[in-house]
Amino acid sequence: MVTTSPDKDPVTDAQAPSAKPGGGVPVQATPVGATTGAPAELPPSSVAGRGMFGISGSGDTSGFGGLVRRRVGAGGSERPYGGYFDEVYDALEEAFPGLDDAIEKVVVDRGELTLHVKAERILDVARTMRDEESLRFELCSSVSGVDYLGSDERRLHVTYHLTSMTYRRRVRLEVAVGTEHPHVPSVAPVYPTADWQERETYDMFGIIFDGHPGLTRILMPDDWEGYPQRKDYPLGGVPVEYKGAEIPPPDRRRSYQ
Amino acid sequence: MTTNPSYAPERETSEGKVFTVTGGDWDTVVNGTDPVSDERIIVNMGPQHPSTHGVLRLILELEGETVREMRSVVGYLHTGIEKSIEYRNWTQGTTFVTRMDYLSPIFNETAYSLAVEKLLGIEDQITERASTIRVLMMELNRISSHLVWLATTGMELGAISIMLYGFREREYILEIFEMITGLRMNMAYVRPGGVAQDVPDSAVKKIQEFLVMMPKRLKEYEDLLSGQPIWTERTQGVAVLDVTACVALGVTGPVLRSAGLPWDLRKTEPYCGYENYEFDVPTSNDADVWGRYQVRLAEIRESLKLVEQALDKLRPGPIMVADKKIAWPAQLALGVDGLGNSLEHVAKIMGQSMESLIHHFKLVTEGFRVPPGQVYVAIEGPRGELGAHAVSDGGTRPYRVHFREPSFVNLQALPAMAEGGLIADVIAGGASLDPVMGGCDR
Repeated sequence: MVTTSPDKDPVTDAQAPSAKPGGGVPVQATPVGATTGAPAELPPSSVAGRGMFGISGSGDTSGFGGLVRRRVGAGGSERPYGGYFDEVYDALEEAFPGLDDAIEKVVVDRGELTLHVKAERILDVARTMRDEESLRFELCSSVSGVDYLGSDERRLHVTYHLTSMTYRRRVRLEVAVGTEHPHVPSVAPVYPTADWQERETYDMFGIIFDGHPGLTRILMPDDWEGYPQRKDYPLGGVPVEYKGAEIPPPDRRRSYQ
Repeated sequence: MTTNPSYAPERETSEGKVFTVTGGDWDTVVNGTDPVSDERIIVNMGPQHPSTHGVLRLILELEGETVREMRSVVGYLHTGIEKSIEYRNWTQGTTFVTRMDYLSPIFNETAYSLAVEKLLGIEDQITERASTIRVLMMELNRISSHLVWLATTGMELGAISIMLYGFREREYILEIFEMITGLRMNMAYVRPGGVAQDVPDSAVKKIQEFLVMMPKRLKEYEDLLSGQPIWTERTQGVAVLDVTACVALGVTGPVLRSAGLPWDLRKTEPYCGYENYEFDVPTSNDADVWGRYQVRLAEIRESLKLVEQALDKLRPGPIMVADKKIAWPAQLALGVDGLGNSLEHVAKIMGQSMESLIHHFKLVTEGFRVPPGQVYVAIEGPRGELGAHAVSDGGTRPYRVHFREPSFVNLQALPAMAEGGLIADVIAGGASLDPVMGGCDR
């Protein structure tokens, strides 16, 4: 179910041997053991879901072998998307001229449709999604960020979960920006509920939402430095002693990938 | 000797200098002020205030007793749960999320577990008994959460008796929780793959007693409050928010239903087998605090119906997925000091099977791996849509988990409810949203 041929695994190829799982020790063993019963279409950059406890290419499962966090990435999906996804995309295409310029890729995974939108077009797309009769995504359920550190220069993603109460559909919009210029137009003019959620995303990831009515920190103190949910922001913590042994803080403990 | 017009005039006498002070300045100051325009005062309510439902700070700009502008300040209870989860394995995540909204721990756990199961692609493998227990626990939890709402809102509006009664009945539910999970709150009971522990027969008996008792108690609450003139005056026509405002501001749950839209995820996007239960979605057309009170009381009645049906559906069977690579906490048992590995399981891994020991060790220390991708799962919490956005990078730890907390989102509607009303109605409006700051700030 998972393609293991090297030519279809560009990420692992591009990495230096020492950055590979298992310290890059080449072992010609067919992965056996745990399968998680996952959907068959895994993104090509991943080697998860095979091998004993996910380890492949090495017998080292101790966690000490220079294991690295794998990249999250997913290729775009092709038509037909299935379910109501085609209908949604067609309706959006009809109502939004030049959609192909605005959409970077479409991903259908685990029964969810994700439209990757260019950051500068997100407000227009959101407005069409809300106003168009055949789309009617009235409710913006959730706005939040994800930091895909190490993926590419546009590592900061913002996800918008839209809900159509009329048609009982859900769609995720996603935009990606870099840390150098983390600017995304605010969707608060279209969805007032995004106000606080964008403030939280700014607070946690440092993504600046242009046109937001009052973009300030919301959960952290006003004078806080740094953006805590970014992956390069440390968790912090102090070691604690328990029955004579010293337990390191969670981010310094042995890390299994 | 200098003469400065700003200072009081002075003259020399035989006793020394004498200054002649006049009140002319003050007359100018007082006359220059318009007594009407400048009456606005800013009042800081909270973060430590008995009526703000937790550590919520409200900044009110008042003109007399009328609220002209209002902003709420949150974040005092921010504990970084979403960050901490990223440093634990997927199963340990439940122990974090259960502490977010401390009045609805089962909902947090269920939303999280459903998201992890969707990422794993094992939704179909969740046993019927596990789903039924989840429904049972969620509906009991909904009742307990609504009871706390009734209790605290009653207290904030001056009805102390209902506070005592609400907490008394909630205590009964917490005892049921303790019987089933070992803990009254923050149970980490619903786990990815199923639930941690089976429901004992004694708990079923206690739930049945509760089902007999609760309708009578609900009747008492209504007798106590519904006809009472102070309660009706404080709630009817107060803090009105119509459907348009609710949807625009993202307000869901009982507040949205009190405005007349029967939007309940248990009906519209069923999960955990809710499509097989018979229940109604109570609504009201009042869109005020009174309507929300009515909707919540009716929801307690519907939840009682659901609990009863869930008890009927409870057939013997496994409570965890069969896949042993995921189902670690399946061998838990309730000891005197809470949940732990069952003695049989310990005897097996320590005395009989080396393979089982290795397997147990790997699953407990590393946890299972979750294929990369992202999902968003929403369930109907007591306060509205509780959504879990979970991202996996293929590892044993969550890459990112974000919770769409209804308390956080709903609280944005407070200025829309409060501005233009009386300061006393800020309390009623805020209470009617039922924010839980632990969930709001996470």
